[in-house]
Order: sequence, then structure tokens, then C-alpha cells
Amino acid sequence: MSGHEDDTDNSPRLVSVRTMEVVVAMVLMALAGVVIADSLRLGVRWRPIEGPAAGYFPFYIGLILAVSSAVTLIRALADKPIPGQTFVTKQAFGRVLAVLIPLVVYIIVLSVVGIYVASAVYIALFMWYFGKYPLTKGVPIGVGISLVLFLMFEVWFLVPLPKGPLEEILGY
Amino acid sequence: MRIKNFLLGVAALAALAVSPAYAAWEPTRPVTFLIPAGTGGGADQMARFIDGVVKKHNLMKQNLIVVNKAGGAGAEGFLDIKGSPKDPHKIIITLSNLFTTPLATGTPFNWKDLTPVAMLALDQFVLWVNAESPHKTAQDYLSAVKGGADRQFKMGGTGSKQEDQIITVALERLTGGKKFTYVPFAGGGAVAVQLVGKHVDSTVNNPIEAVAQWKAGALRPLCLFDAKRSTYTDKVTSTMAWSDIPTCKESGVNVEYQMLRGIFAAGGITKDQADFYVNLMTKVMQTPDWRTFMEQGAFNPTVLTGNEYRKWVEAAEKTHFDLMKEADFLHK
Amino acid sequence: MGGFAVVLSPFNLMLMIVGILLGVIIGVLPGLGGANGVAILLPLTFSMSPTSAIIMLSCIYWGALFGGAITSILFNIPGEPWSVATTFDGHPMARQGKADEALTGAFTSSFVGALVAVIVITFLAPLVAKFALKFGPAEFFAVQFLTFASFVGMGRGSAFKTLASMSLGFALASVGLDTVTGQLRMTFGTTELLTGFKFLTAVIGLFGIGEILASMEAGLAFAGTHARLRLNAVLETWKKLPAYWMTSVRSCIIGCWMGITPGGATPASFMSYGIAKRFSKNGNKFGTGQLEGVVAPETAAHAAGTSALLPMITLGIPGSPTAAVLLGGLLIWGLQPGPLLFVEQKDFVWGLIASMYLGNIAGLIIVLTCVPLFAAILRVPFSIIAPMIMVICAVGAYTINNAMFDVWMMGLFGVIGYVFNKLKYPLPPLVLALVLGDMAESSFRQAMLLSQGSLSIFWSNGLVGTIFGLGVILLFWPVISWAVAGMRQAKAA
Repeated sequence: MSGHEDDTDNSPRLVSVRTMEVVVAMVLMALAGVVIADSLRLGVRWRPIEGPAAGYFPFYIGLILAVSSAVTLIRALADKPIPGQTFVTKQAFGRVLAVLIPLVVYIIVLSVVGIYVASAVYIALFMWYFGKYPLTKGVPIGVGISLVLFLMFEVWFLVPLPKGPLEEILGY
Repeated sequence: MRIKNFLLGVAALAALAVSPAYAAWEPTRPVTFLIPAGTGGGADQMARFIDGVVKKHNLMKQNLIVVNKAGGAGAEGFLDIKGSPKDPHKIIITLSNLFTTPLATGTPFNWKDLTPVAMLALDQFVLWVNAESPHKTAQDYLSAVKGGADRQFKMGGTGSKQEDQIITVALERLTGGKKFTYVPFAGGGAVAVQLVGKHVDSTVNNPIEAVAQWKAGALRPLCLFDAKRSTYTDKVTSTMAWSDIPTCKESGVNVEYQMLRGIFAAGGITKDQADFYVNLMTKVMQTPDWRTFMEQGAFNPTVLTGNEYRKWVEAAEKTHFDLMKEADFLHK
Repeated sequence: MGGFAVVLSPFNLMLMIVGILLGVIIGVLPGLGGANGVAILLPLTFSMSPTSAIIMLSCIYWGALFGGAITSILFNIPGEPWSVATTFDGHPMARQGKADEALTGAFTSSFVGALVAVIVITFLAPLVAKFALKFGPAEFFAVQFLTFASFVGMGRGSAFKTLASMSLGFALASVGLDTVTGQLRMTFGTTELLTGFKFLTAVIGLFGIGEILASMEAGLAFAGTHARLRLNAVLETWKKLPAYWMTSVRSCIIGCWMGITPGGATPASFMSYGIAKRFSKNGNKFGTGQLEGVVAPETAAHAAGTSALLPMITLGIPGSPTAAVLLGGLLIWGLQPGPLLFVEQKDFVWGLIASMYLGNIAGLIIVLTCVPLFAAILRVPFSIIAPMIMVICAVGAYTINNAMFDVWMMGLFGVIGYVFNKLKYPLPPLVLALVLGDMAESSFRQAMLLSQGSLSIFWSNGLVGTIFGLGVILLFWPVISWAVAGMRQAKAA
């Protein structure tokens, strides 16, 4: 899954691996803090009726997470800043955002107009924008996929998916 | 003129033929049937059985869509139906977690957020021990608990601060200060198997969860937590029928507990809409399949609808509050 | 043998094929589980004899087991939990243009695993059923410990990152209602977190979305796009498979054992992958696209999935949601699952067992003929297939709890997967902890309640002691093998 080192990509560096290591380790430590705090609220010791209290197990998990992230953090900080590997270049990050932002928009739209309409639009636009396919190709494919999904989930397997005004009109 | 009259007549006839729907409301979309419990449990079995009966006998034009929403001891399911008031296309099957979940976890939910439809049955509880256990009666067993060390005897049950543990706490009133070690497991079937494997000393399984093991001679029922004995007299094992199990009160253990198996619809729906579901459930309960199901699970087939049902639920809520307060299970 | 005669009627054969095709579809789509398929067909079965009905329904189950591997290998999205381990080597193979080989390997080893399990069920059923009764909380915890032990120390790179990844998985697993005390943990008053983090949401995000983000960053290409279409791929792969017989045998044993106890197919696949990696000659190459790394989890998952039906029939405890719906079916047909089913309903039980043999053969033939078709999907341009994968992921995430929250979480996990991959935090420990964390924790606490806090319960009898001991040995295996090698060298010198 890894191995997308972009050697051919000459665009300027956006974030170094070191910075990212530090950020991730700190986020994990913060999470560990949340886990430990909630565990302390629930109790971390033996209780007569319950046995090990509800916070017992997460408490130690939180500790392990905190300690192991701290080690990673210290290692990253001790790492010499130059030559420092690149985590992501500006260009590559742009490409990631180019899928990530539409995905977020898709999920927002999905909760309003339902999954079927949103998916058809999403597929058609994705094909048009990234694949340079004309909408005359993208729209039929998008609508087709949505239709198949609709038949499969709503009609055949009776699994309800998020629906919007269009489906409401159609009586679903 | 004649022809016109004739046509009018036909139209009127046709209208008559199609329309009991004329007055009554009917679902116009598939109806979501929520289960506030996981797959395989008693509520799940019953809901899927109802779905099966409705489909088998064509009792409804639209489909029922059965959805499990078990998260947070059922809170997920209850919050879901609370979140869609006046939606006539959503019903929920309930068990005791209708009361226990909001009380124990503080989930902002009360049954008054819903429209009571019908009580389908009351589920029984039976005190079970392993067939090889030396204890032959409930009295025997409780005296052994009384005479043993504190927490020596292990009671297996489903979930925590729910019906099984409430019964356990109620039993502890009679053991002279000696407590059980209550061990919660994920599902009723698993609890029964733990008892067969002797990892726990007793359980308070519902009949349907333990009947197969009883039939096979692996478990022994000690008493039934009901005021009266079961009415099912067909032999389950070679020697015993459900009706041969003494009530707990008979055996000197004065504890009673039964669990609601009922249907609620979303809050604020119209009377017509509620009536549709009352009718539907009545039709389900008239099928022979339902009677077989009731007998297999030794249910107490008490049916209540409308106001009586509402009153019953009110009383049950009070009972649960008291029991849980006494056991110190209330959310703080 | 009467069972085969029952199954071989044309009507039943037809039901079998319908069931398998449906099962494959269900297995492929992350939004549908075997439970959906069985539930939807249940009403149809009321007019059939129970034996015909169970043939069709159990074939859905086999089909779903086969189908789970397809999306894992092609798109890195496990359609079912037990095919997560298949992605570790299966997807890298697809990226190298060897999707057909990976698929054939997966299907064939699934078949082998299932066949061995059915044979075990046929001949050892009564014996085996008793064995499952010996499993109390302590034994369950020991098995879960063994799964972890066989899996840790697998990742290359920083041990601290492995630890962090695993504890993150455990922490996520503990969100929601604690089953032992009935308290809410780490929900902070929100209703969305009541249900906790479901394993599939995380997996779809971490693996599926994460993979697409990584592909986009590298410039819009699935490496598998240039997959050749080889019509003889099946035969070519079969020539290679016998070399992995040792792995197959081990995985069959692990799978059957985990299915019967009943630990389940998902832990079985992880454990089998971990052990294969540890004991194989090519162990250090696992994760880069080794056929052996597909054989191990698939064999075990299928063996476990098949043998898990035994406790369902004999004890009435469903090992999975699908099994739970099947159990419900038994009740409607008027059959009472339990120890006496074997005595009272011989026809039904032997019909079921015979359908296991034939269903798997039919399933294998069906999926193998489709291998070139599946592999051809990778030739569809990325800009068409990527949005479709996104949509299917969103559907899959939504259906887990019928909640939009999970769709958002899927997106978040996608970003986490992308970042973790680039920083070389291993994902498998996170996933394993998320899937087993809950069970391991509650088994541990149940065991502690039973023993009133004494750890000695974990070596209180031969069974739990042995499993626990094996776990400890595996945990320290790197140290042990190093010490043994050192001693040998010392002797030689």
C-alpha cells in the first residue's frame, strides 16, 4: 500500500515527514489523554460486583498509547531536520485534496438529497473532471449505477439507504 | 341514462370492493421494524418471526423491513424512533430495556415518547441449574447459597443492569446477605451453553433460550418467576411439561418477574394509523404459526391493547424504577 | 449417504446455484451481509421442505464466504470481516497484475478449507460438539490472546508504532456501552458514539478510501490496470498451490479449531496469516504479494466458517448474524436447534451436511469460471472505477448502523489510513485490536469475575493452560528462535 515515494515529482515540499511524525504523535498522545481521563472517571480498580471496573482496561491501553507515542515523538524530534524526507509535495497534496473535498461534498449532499441522486451526480462529475469523459458518458453510467444500487438495496434486499425528495415522490 | 346509471353502479361496486381502505389508514411505504437488541436474542427472534408470519399470510401490502439497532443496550433503537415523531412507517418491538436502558444509562428517552400499540405476550423467566447439580428445588439451591461463602455461587445472565441482573438482585433478598457473582454474557443462547458447560452455577434464561438444552437433558428447571404455572401441558422432555415447573412462590422463593414483549409506534401518530398496527398484530396473533411459537417459547400469551396496555406499561415502569433503585442500578 | 440423494434432485440443485450466486453478490458488497440475504429469502422458503430451504440458505452462506475475497483482492476493500487478512497479500498481487492468480488461490484454498471442515463435521460431530462446552470465559480469553500473540511482532519498522496502532484499535473498540457493567464509555454524552466504532467502518475507510487517496497522490493510476487476461490462469495457479501444502494443513487445523470452539472465522484468518508468516520460508516477504499469504487466511476463514455451523446446530448458539437468522429460520420451519436435532431430524441434518459438500463444489466451479471476468474489472479506467468504489464504500459504511455518522467516520478513517501508511504505522494491528478488543476485554473480565480476581484461572485446567502456554511461546518466538540458533552456533563452534 505504501511505496508512493514521489521521486519524479519536483514540485515544492509541503510538509516534511518529521513534521508529520510530530503532529501525529501529538494527536495520539492527546487521544490517549482523553482515554485515560474517561477511564479514571469510570474507575480503574477492582469493584466487588463488577470485577475490574469499566475503566480498567482502557486505562492501561491509554497508558501504552501515550508512552509509545511519546517515544515516537522524541525520536522524530531528535531526527536531524536536514535532509529530512518529504511527506507530501504541494502538487501531490493538491491531487489528494481533489478527491478528498469532493468526497466531503458528496457526503454532505448525500444526507440532503439521498444516496442515489448524490451518487449518480458524484460518479458523473468524477468521470468528467478526472477522466475527461463527456457527461454524455458519465451521466448514463452514474444513473445506471444508482439504479442498480436502488434495485439491489431498496427493492430486492430491503435494506433502507438514505433517501431524499426524489424517492419521496416515487413513494419510497 | 341507463348506461350511465349502470356505469355508476359498477363504479360504486368497485369502490366497495377495493376499499376497506376507504376509511382506514394503510402504510404507503415499507414499514421499518426496529429491534433494540442484537441478532439472535429473544426480541430479534420474535420480530423476525412476526415478519415471517406477515409475509407468509400476506397480512400487509407493504413490506416490513427489520432493522437491528442494538447499540447502547437498545438506546440506539429507542432514540431512532423518538427522533421521527409522527412517522407512521416505523414501529419497534420492546423488551425490558424499554425501562432499564434509560434508567441505567441516563439516555434521554421514555416510553411516553412513543405510541403503545399492543402487548404481544409476556416472556417468562425460569431458574435453571445444570442437570448434574445436586439442587433439586429452588429452595434447596437458595439455602445452599445462604450456607455457602459470599459470592461463591455464580449466576450467568444477559447484559448488565438489565432483567437478568434485576432478578438476581431480587433473589439475593432471600439469601441472608450472601451475594451471587453475577457474570454478564452477550446473549441468552451463550448463557445457556455456559451453564451446560458448568462455567456458571445457575441462570435465569427465558424458556426459549434454554428449551433445547432442557430437552436434551443437560439442564434442570427449578422454578418459574410467574404468579401462576404455565398453561402448556404438552410434554417437553419425557417426564415434564412446562406446566410441571413449579412457580417460585410455590417453592418458597417469593420472586416474580416477567418481561414485556410488545409493539410501539412512533409518538404522535393518528388513531387510524395506530389502529392499523393493532389490527395487524391481532391478525398475526390469530395465526396457527403464532400459537406454535408461543408454546415453543412457553410465553404467557397475555394480549393487551389501547388504554389497558398503557396502564400496564405505566405500572411496569414504576416496578422497574423501584427494583433498580433498590439494587442501586440507577444512573447517577 | 441418503443425504446426497436428497440434495441431488434437480430442484435442490437449482436452489443451490441460486443461493451461491446470491451469496457471492452479498459477499462482494460491503453493505450487504449474509444476514440480509438469508432474511430476504426466508419467506420464500415457507413453501419448501425444510431441507430444500436450508440448502438454499446455507448456499448463500458459502457464496458469501467466497465473495468476500473478491473486493479484498481487487480493491483492498474487504466485503466481509474475515477477508481483511486476504487484503495483506492479495491486493499487492493485484497491483502487480496477478489478480487472477490471487483470486484462484483464494477460491481454491477456501474450497480446501471448507472441505476439510465438512469432513471433520461429518465424522466427528458428536465428539466435537462436547468439546465446545469446555469453553468458558477463561478459555475464550486464552484463544484471543493466542490470536494476538501469533500476530504481534509481525510488522517491520518501529515496534512503538505497532504498539500505538494496536492500542488505538483497542481504545476505539472500547467506545460505547460496556457490556460487563452497562456503563457508557467515552461517548461524552453524544448519541452517535453509543454504538461505538464498528470494525467495518474502520476497515472500509482505512483500506478502501486510504488506498484511493494514495493512488490519487501517486497520479491517478491503479497499478493493476495493465493486468493481462490469461485464460489459463486457473491451471497455472493450481500448479503452484501444492507447494504450500504445509501452510494449508496448518490453516485447516487452525480454522476448524476456531470454528468449533467457536472463536469465529475472523480471528481464525488473522491467526492463520500470522502463523504462516512466522513459520514460512518466505515469511519475511509476506505483505508484498505472496500467494502463500492469500492461501493461509482464506483456508482458515472458510474452514472456520464451515465448522462454525456445528455449534449452531448442536448448541443453538449462533456464531454470526447470518447464523442467527438461519436459527430463526429453523424455528419457523418447526425445527428446534439443539443437541437433539441430530437424533430427531436426521434427514435434515444429513441433507445439510451433504449440501455443504456439493454447495462448495458448485461454488468453486462458479467462482473459478468468473475469475477472468473479475480480473477484467481492473482494466476499467481508474476515473470510472474510483468513484464507484467510493459510492460502494459509502453504502457499506451507512448500512452498518443505518447512520450517517458512520459515513463521516469512514472518510476520517480514510485520511487516517493514508497518513498512517505514509508514516509506516502498521494498520493490521489496529484492525485486529478493533475486531477482537471488545471480545477479549469482556472474556478477560468475565474470567476475573468467575475467579474473583485470581489470575490463576488461566492455568487452572489443562485446556486453558495449553492454549495460554502456546500463546506465550508464540509471543516470545523471535527471542526463542534467536536463542536456539545461538545455541546451535555455539555447539558447532
